[in-house]
Amino acid sequence: MGTSSDNGSAHEHLIRDLASGLEPVGRLRPPTVRALGWLAVVAIVAVALARFADLPALEGRLLASPDMWLAVTGASMTAVLAALAAFQLSLPDANRAWALLPLPAALLWVIASGIGCLRAWLVPGAHVAELNEARDCLMFIIGVSIPLSVLMFVMLRRACSLQPGLTAAIGGLATAAAAATLLNFFHPFDAAVTDLAVHACAVALVIVANWAFSGRLLGIAS
Amino acid sequence: MVHPTVRAIAIDFSLFNDLFCVDPAFLAGHRGGSVFKPEITRRTMAKSIPDEAVVELDRSWSALMIAAQAGDSAAYEELLRECVPYIKNVARRRNIAGDRTDDVVQDVLLTIHRARHTYDPSRSFTAWLRVITDRRAIDLVRRTLRQERREVHAPRAFENHADETADPARGIAHADEATTVSRVLEALPMKQREAVQYLVLEEHSLADTAALTQRSKVSLKVNLHRALKALRGRLERAE
Repeated sequence: MGTSSDNGSAHEHLIRDLASGLEPVGRLRPPTVRALGWLAVVAIVAVALARFADLPALEGRLLASPDMWLAVTGASMTAVLAALAAFQLSLPDANRAWALLPLPAALLWVIASGIGCLRAWLVPGAHVAELNEARDCLMFIIGVSIPLSVLMFVMLRRACSLQPGLTAAIGGLATAAAAATLLNFFHPFDAAVTDLAVHACAVALVIVANWAFSGRLLGIAS
Repeated sequence: MVHPTVRAIAIDFSLFNDLFCVDPAFLAGHRGGSVFKPEITRRTMAKSIPDEAVVELDRSWSALMIAAQAGDSAAYEELLRECVPYIKNVARRRNIAGDRTDDVVQDVLLTIHRARHTYDPSRSFTAWLRVITDRRAIDLVRRTLRQERREVHAPRAFENHADETADPARGIAHADEATTVSRVLEALPMKQREAVQYLVLEEHSLADTAALTQRSKVSLKVNLHRALKALRGRLERAE
């Protein structure tokens, strides 16, 4: 470390370097608008997947079990709120409290899924997911989460986050919740304990993977 | 452009900041006293600075940032220069040691540069800057702690350790080599020379160098690769 005058001139040198040849920059759109852009892509994917789903059977399942409605609502609200929170957190001056925004919806999602799991356990003859079905769920959630996470990272990178780990983890929650919501199109059975555990593992994997890539992809030095 | 009176207030205020470590963002939260009575303690100073001056300072910085976003380099230079005392004050409030505040200043200036497109003019510039400074100061503290855990400060042990490979004649050979390298480096094109200087000799990160030189990371990598190849060839010929 040099003397104070040396440091003063070092700042001067840096300031002149940064200011020289300064180019105009396009102002970043508000986080809400950017989050809606990401959610619009999710909606397009949902519409595309709905073309291949058995929608009358899905409607019948939702009407027969209200807790499933709650679980779907919880997962989709988690996706929406976590996306809003992630885009807020991506700003360099964001308040960390934004990370709590998806918490109520995530709780609703977990509790409603737990109730469904309990019913499958209590009602005799209820179809319980077998190992290969549970594996399909895992592959679906991870497979859909990867492109959504890539898009999320591309959009978040523009904002220069100073808390990349938290931002990426909440973004991961948004993508995993969106994938879990879309899974309902192809999930013709109640979530049993094993199935629910597989869902939880898939969601946790997506969040951890997003967090692990955060330093490289969202860090200030990236 | 900002009115001269406002500019005078801003200059006076930053001077007070520098002398008494006053944080304008802290002042912004105090709607109390408006009578100007300069005293030494920070909290008394906080109450004594008129609120209008703080608001005007924030407006002035915000106007400069808006101009900077539009590409006005003079406004940007002025803004960064005015921010330095404020950044130092916030860093000191975070208990950053005196010799480390300049590291925080440099980190924050680079962060402002990279994040300038994220500033929303409808919000307070000082609040934006304070949060960025806080985060960069905390990052520096964490980096320092990690470094301290890995490294041991033992100057005596270092001095008393005998270098078994020491060779008095090697110093002269090193000086010759350094002269040759400098000469070959001077002969490189400017872009290649800058890439070697910032990335290799001064050990800046690729992102920092891109910000400093206003060139893309890809361009820097290409120039560094070409420079190292040219250096290798010329040094082999020199031998």
